[in-house]
Amino acid sequence: MTILVIADHDNTSVRQGTLATMTAAAAIGGDVTMLVAGEGCAAAAEDAAKIADVSKVLCCDSPLYAHHLAESFAALIVGLAKDYTHVLAPAVTMGKNTLPRVAALLDVAMLSDISGVVDADTFIRPIYAGNAMATVKSGDAVKIITVRGASFDKVAHGDGTAPVETLAPGEDPGLSSFVGQELSKSERPELTSARVVISGGRGMGSADNFHHIEKLADQLSGAVGASRAAVDAGYAPNDFQVGQTGKIVAPELYVAVGISGAIQHLAGMKDSKVIVAINKDEEAPIFQVADYGLVADLFEAVPALEAELAK
Amino acid sequence: MKVLVAVKRVVDYNVKIRVKADKTGVETANVKMSMNPFDEIAVEEAVRLKEAGTVTEIIAVSIGPQQCQETIRTALAMGADRGILVKTDDEVQPLGIAKVFKALVEKEAPDLVLMGKQAIDDDSNQTGQMLAGLLGWPQATFLSKVALGDGAATMTREVDGGLETIEVKMPCVGTVDLRLNTPRYASLPNIMKAKKKPIETLELDSLGVDTAPRLTTVSVDEPPARQAGVVVPDVATLVDKLRNEAKVI
Ligand SMILES: Cc1cc2nc3c(=O)[nH]c(=O)nc-3n(C[C@H](O)[C@H](O)[C@H](O)COP(=O)(O)OP(=O)(O)OC[C@H]3O[C@@H](n4cnc5c(N)ncnc54)[C@H](O)[C@@H]3O)c2cc1C
Ligand SMILES: Nc1ncnc2c1ncn2[C@@H]1O[C@H](COP(=O)(O)O)[C@@H](O)[C@H]1O
Repeated sequence: MTILVIADHDNTSVRQGTLATMTAAAAIGGDVTMLVAGEGCAAAAEDAAKIADVSKVLCCDSPLYAHHLAESFAALIVGLAKDYTHVLAPAVTMGKNTLPRVAALLDVAMLSDISGVVDADTFIRPIYAGNAMATVKSGDAVKIITVRGASFDKVAHGDGTAPVETLAPGEDPGLSSFVGQELSKSERPELTSARVVISGGRGMGSADNFHHIEKLADQLSGAVGASRAAVDAGYAPNDFQVGQTGKIVAPELYVAVGISGAIQHLAGMKDSKVIVAINKDEEAPIFQVADYGLVADLFEAVPALEAELAK
Repeated sequence: MKVLVAVKRVVDYNVKIRVKADKTGVETANVKMSMNPFDEIAVEEAVRLKEAGTVTEIIAVSIGPQQCQETIRTALAMGADRGILVKTDDEVQPLGIAKVFKALVEKEAPDLVLMGKQAIDDDSNQTGQMLAGLLGWPQATFLSKVALGDGAATMTREVDGGLETIEVKMPCVGTVDLRLNTPRYASLPNIMKAKKKPIETLELDSLGVDTAPRLTTVSVDEPPARQAGVVVPDVATLVDKLRNEAKVI
């Protein structure tokens, strides 16, 4: 087995999802090459070389890959794919955007968002918002896979010594270009890898009240999440959304405040280790997955919680 | 400008899914079916582009059994002009769906194909990207804003860290995210009008496209159930439990 792992990184270091993808690669078994593509990504390539079990890093440093536009990036990966039995990427925007295009160009199927590895051909993936788990076998010569970060441990990072090779950039297909971005700035831990996540829902009532969620998150050194309703109402930015179509999280502690617990929301957090729900409606479905439920008005419970945690 | 919109018939998002006892899939008999919610957003966007005068014709396409007619009718009632049903009772996976769309694109020559970012049954999130790859077209996925220009489109996307804007040449494939728009409910007069709009039915086999599944489903299982939790009486008890029982804070 020869596996190509596409790194998700910020040019300085690899992100957590890349380390979870390495665990999936180890479960498949075989030699792992990691591709680090970007503009000014040499430090990230050095960082990738330190990951246990990476045997080689390919560093492709070019403005063409600065934003991982699918057209040029997929072409680069397709050029490499023939040497590998598996191509894996974390199921983050980059992986979800690029790998299906790679699969189509190679005329093979793709396995999205796997949560388990049975063997080198057989994988487990959630369907219907995680209400069913499909075990799927691929007969294709190369398997194109995105990996659900929340479902795999992160591999050790620090004592690997893989060589870094320079990879020449491909052609620019000239189909797309980057215009700009609006990224949410935050000093808090990244939502998908935080140890604690505090999420607010429609029950928060306003963007102003939503600051209570941020305060709780800061008290517990956690990240902030939101339901779709909270995002749609403008209480929180889109990248805070947890759920079937948002981010998938599995922290040690997930606190849902004023969230009803629709299946689409549960899909994104029900694998958390400990779930706390605060909701004034004792019938709210969120209580069916909560380890600790508090039936209360959040406008009383949240300040009380802040005070109790401050003790 | 011509737009092709994909409309998939899926189990309604409000239905509580049940895994079949023989583990071959989920129960779909006597279950409410609807248009994939993302596809409603795609149809809505196409209709708004038509209302704005940018788009002249909207073609709604569904691949699947005869009942997909109903899904196409819904799109027609929302404002699509005509429909194409590619009929099959067999399972067609995203790569196969993308190939069928490629054949239709070659026939219809649209300037834009709009799809959902993800079908809520298979949760694949693949078809649009695959179609763009097969056609050699640019792709704009997870759209939260669409601005069509002359020969190019400026597209805003929901990405991990927030929003990203890219420019893509046209023709292109777009896949829509939840916040692009809020789909309309079709009015009764429009539902009546939709009954007269044409739907062309093509047998899948007649297209000469290889849609044989590449992935075999070995089994479909229930997800692991969570242990029932406890209701705590007050905040002090909650914090005590988190500190001393669960030891997570
Ligand atoms: C295709 C599709 C994809 C979707 N994807 C996602 C997704 O990824 N993530 C997601 O979250 N949703 C998603 N949804 C939406 C989902 O179906 C729900 O609509 C949404 O999760 C509801 O958010 P909510 O729980 O905040 O709001 P509501 O359901 O309105 O619940 C608000 C809760 O707050 C409680 N509350 C109100 N006031 C107070 C108070 N003062 N004190 C205590 N409790 C209070 C209420 O009792 C209620 O339970 C999706 C829907 C569709 C159709
Ligand atoms: N059978 C189908 N008929 C019409 N459109 C489809 C079909 N399957 C997938 N699509 C389109 O592709 C999108 C993404 O689906 P998927 O890649 O399966 O998650 C859907 O939102 C639809 O727009």
